[in-house]
Amino acid sequence: MVRFEYLEAGSVEEAVSLLDRYGGEALAIAGGTDMVVQMRYRELAPKYVVNLKAIKDLDYITEDASGLRMGALATIRSIETSPLIKERYGILAQAAHHLGSVQVRNLATIGGNLCHAAPSAEMASPLLALGAKAKITGPKGDRTVPLDEFFTGPGQTVLKAGEILTELQVPPPPPKSAGVYLKHSIRKAMDIAFVGTGVVVELDGGDKCRDIRIGLGAVAPTPMRARRAEDHLRGKKLEEAILREAGEIASQECSPISDIRCSAEHRREIVKVFVRRAALQAAELAAGGR
Amino acid sequence: MKHLIKLTVNGEEYEVAIEPNRSLLDVLRDDLELTGTKKGCETGDCGACTVVLDGKTVNACLILAVSANGKSILTIEGVAQGGKLHPVQEAFIEHGAIQCGYCTPGMILSAKSLLEENPRPTEWEVREAIAGNLCRCTGYVKIVKAILAVAEEMAKAPVA
Repeated sequence: MVRFEYLEAGSVEEAVSLLDRYGGEALAIAGGTDMVVQMRYRELAPKYVVNLKAIKDLDYITEDASGLRMGALATIRSIETSPLIKERYGILAQAAHHLGSVQVRNLATIGGNLCHAAPSAEMASPLLALGAKAKITGPKGDRTVPLDEFFTGPGQTVLKAGEILTELQVPPPPPKSAGVYLKHSIRKAMDIAFVGTGVVVELDGGDKCRDIRIGLGAVAPTPMRARRAEDHLRGKKLEEAILREAGEIASQECSPISDIRCSAEHRREIVKVFVRRAALQAAELAAGGR
Repeated sequence: MKHLIKLTVNGEEYEVAIEPNRSLLDVLRDDLELTGTKKGCETGDCGACTVVLDGKTVNACLILAVSANGKSILTIEGVAQGGKLHPVQEAFIEHGAIQCGYCTPGMILSAKSLLEENPRPTEWEVREAIAGNLCRCTGYVKIVKAILAVAEEMAKAPVA
């Protein structure tokens, strides 16, 4: 493994000050499930590693009138098993359940999953579908960005030197809304998504779609929203035919690559199916009350 | 620069001076000579290095030992109590759930932890709970049977 100096931050302020002081030479580590492997294989060679995991007040999952708030250090396992999340934001628990193994989920954090910024990041597409925001803390204070502006490229985010992701914020679920996450991979566990799709549907008083958000993973340089497909569906009744059209649109607005896992063409086909299937399932759940 | 860290492993306290780039797995095996925890892939995929850290199963290969300072760890060496094997260990022997044995320490810890959280798992829940533990002999059927048998025993006589 690469050699580095190890620093432990006891608070957000301390983390920000250390990362600000050492600039590009320092990397923040949380669960470490991605970073330790990358340092072992010398894909990352920071001079300083700043451990955030000892910051006590960044590991929480709470809800108030403004919605769900998750500290960046909340583990994927705690999101998977949280009664609050299962009851009110089920799509997040579904996606969390798909990430790695129990052992990995016990270590990995929501903040780390997003800051690692893999195009396939398990938690990104459901959070995009939920309309989440990311709270960032840096030397100049806090700022909040919509999650769909957070990712800038594979492994790249809007975080500047000295800044850390501190909180994820999700608006409260409207009545008659529901979300579904679907993942396509060869194995049922311990696999990276070929395609991940998170869809949240809100129905109006009747049976039409008041709002819909579609998050896609592993089909573009960053996790993305399929906004044109969303526009096509808003205000409509979510039926087979129109959902097929939306699937086509989504498969055109994404930009997948061919890689070791599967071809770009295959990914586009899966997007067509998943957008339709996830939206149908979400609409059914939403009609059932939530 | 070396860091002096304290670990409580299987109830015993250890103090070791280590470089920050050492994994918890290496420190357990090489410094503390607790070689029951196995080294497989070192990428967090195989689960051979599973240990219980502050009550939760984790891959010791993914943890910087320095960041485990002050924490409490259970390894396979600490599972048997007073010379008596844990029911999960007994069941693995009983059901022939051990072939080469390399995955066994991790499997046992994942199984034990599952049963503590969920004493009556379905077969599917057992399979998901050990998804992060690869058996290169592919002896999963007997492993799953052994874990389900423990659950059944526990339901009959809730002492374990």
